[in-house]
Amino acid sequence: MFAYLVRRIAYGFVTVLGVLMLLFVLFFAIADPDDIARKAVGERASAEVYEQWKKNHGYDKPLIVNTDHGAAEFARYTDTLFFDHYRRMLTFDFGRSDADDSPIAGRILAGAVPSLSLTVPLFVIGLGVGVFFALLVAFFRDTYVDRSVLVLCMLAMSIASLIYIIGGQYLIGMLLRWFPISGFDPDPTVAYRFLALPVLIGVVSGFGADVRLYRTVFLEETNRDYVRTARAKGCGDIRVMTAHVLRNALIPILTNVVLAIPFLFTGALLLESFFGIPGLGSLTVEAIHGNDFSTLRTMVYIGALLFILGQILTDVSYTLADPRVRLR
Amino acid sequence: MPWISNIAVLVLVALGFLGWRTIRRNRLWSEALRALWRRRRISLVIIAVYVVIALLDSIAWVGGTVSGDVSDAVAAFKPRSIIDRIIAPEAFKELSYSAPFAEAGFYDDAPLNHPGAHVLGTDILGQDVLYRALKGVRVALLIGGLTSLIVIPIALAFGVAAGYFGGRIDDVVFFVMSTLASVPSLLLLIALIMVLGIGTVQVCVALGVTGWVGFCRLSRGETLKLREADYVQAARALGVSHAGIILRHILPNLAHLIVITFALQFTGLVLAETILSYLGIGLDGSWGQMIDQARDELSRDPIVWWNLAAASCALFTLVLCVNLCADAMRDILDPRTRREEQ
Repeated sequence: MFAYLVRRIAYGFVTVLGVLMLLFVLFFAIADPDDIARKAVGERASAEVYEQWKKNHGYDKPLIVNTDHGAAEFARYTDTLFFDHYRRMLTFDFGRSDADDSPIAGRILAGAVPSLSLTVPLFVIGLGVGVFFALLVAFFRDTYVDRSVLVLCMLAMSIASLIYIIGGQYLIGMLLRWFPISGFDPDPTVAYRFLALPVLIGVVSGFGADVRLYRTVFLEETNRDYVRTARAKGCGDIRVMTAHVLRNALIPILTNVVLAIPFLFTGALLLESFFGIPGLGSLTVEAIHGNDFSTLRTMVYIGALLFILGQILTDVSYTLADPRVRLR
Repeated sequence: MPWISNIAVLVLVALGFLGWRTIRRNRLWSEALRALWRRRRISLVIIAVYVVIALLDSIAWVGGTVSGDVSDAVAAFKPRSIIDRIIAPEAFKELSYSAPFAEAGFYDDAPLNHPGAHVLGTDILGQDVLYRALKGVRVALLIGGLTSLIVIPIALAFGVAAGYFGGRIDDVVFFVMSTLASVPSLLLLIALIMVLGIGTVQVCVALGVTGWVGFCRLSRGETLKLREADYVQAARALGVSHAGIILRHILPNLAHLIVITFALQFTGLVLAETILSYLGIGLDGSWGQMIDQARDELSRDPIVWWNLAAASCALFTLVLCVNLCADAMRDILDPRTRREEQ
């Protein structure tokens, strides 16, 4: 178990290095630092301002090889953008925003709480609703209930998330006036009023795909031998579904839950910016509009980091959910 | 550059014809196609209509008389597609909003240039909404179709090579895959477009880079299984070359996966574009852009709904039809479900 954990974490770390390589190619090799600096200071800025800006934002070094140092010197390869990029990202020193010079780490910490207060309820409720309906549909398989829910899912899957958000905001926020249209409050006793609508819309927009997927998982399990055994020994339908099928279907569901984590992130991007929640999604949208490459880079890095972490956790939690899985 | 899109139309039509002939000669595939036609007749017809509209909109040339304002004289020097020539948007416009089939302007009650002729009304600039929705068809098919056509061969090449040869190649491909897969796709997409710039080719490349991983993983896993199959072992024992085995035994057995993934990828791409449009990095003239522009129109009083409705219905219909076909294809082609039917 311990050896497995070490190996798994080591591979995760190598993947992080790979992600950093990708970010370097994108944000330093393809997007020219000179262009970024020129855009940030403006066309008319003097050479000193331009150089100072590059220095402040850590863009003032050569890409991979620093020819200021001799061939034998170690600094030839460490005093470069490439090395700096790795060093700073791995030590979580994210520097300052390209757009307004504010420290990025502080903004990310400030955005984490509103983001989590949206995505965690969304995630839990979405999972609960999806699993519940999928169990229901699997229970009534090959009947009209099953077929009509499947048609409903297919229809729901074909609607763009943007339309769910616009439509939901208009219908519930503006016509019915159940919840405020947008906004956020750090006080939890008030925040739930602001969060209810985005969570509802998020759950509805993920409903179709989730139910279809979980249904397939459950149906695969209901065809297994142990289900027949359970029935033969006199288990009721409901008990078979909840005590036997659901527990065994946990493994594939667990995999899907982790696959859904980046979607959670992306879904929150739209929801946050539509409903004025000052989280990481809004931060990303601001970064896009403000040509803020350093913030964007950091967000991609953090997103990937969270995903890799989630993957390791899933692999480990397999052992808890399934005694058949042995870690080597 | 209208000639590129004209040549693309020719190539696509030729490819379509060749594909049709190949399918007709292959018993398995012609039966599958017939079964699909039996089950999803309406969806297939609707998709065909979309394709025809997109092809008509892709054939463009310069010249011909432009009827309309003097200010649109410039339009005479721009290539205009067949759709442009049929609807003639330069002349077929109003001053601002008008409701579907309206006889007068929506807010000012001024008489319209073409009373009752705008089936889906007009937008804030007085452009016909039906025309804009039709123009969106080409963009949607371009995003979904072109990207898939680029991505699938690349993903297939890497996936099959990794699965078949294993060893060092597999390690490299698997590492690249897991690296790309660990970046949340929307963030990667945004980063790519921000770095590459906004444009049809750039957006397609960005969508391709984020989209190939899933299919690559699928084809790698499937090839790993097929490599151990008895007929592949037999072929190898008989001295068939690696290229021969891949072409004759592995690729045909991946074909059903390719078809299903193509359809699912297509809908995913078209839906992803709407998000990009909202973020301001989408394609010009797409339905996503129409939806994005129509966002504020819901808060007008009285509300302007036809812009949003036209774009979302056009999008919804296309995605639904492709989804339905993909679903039916999976049932028809997947040997596991077929066995249960017998």
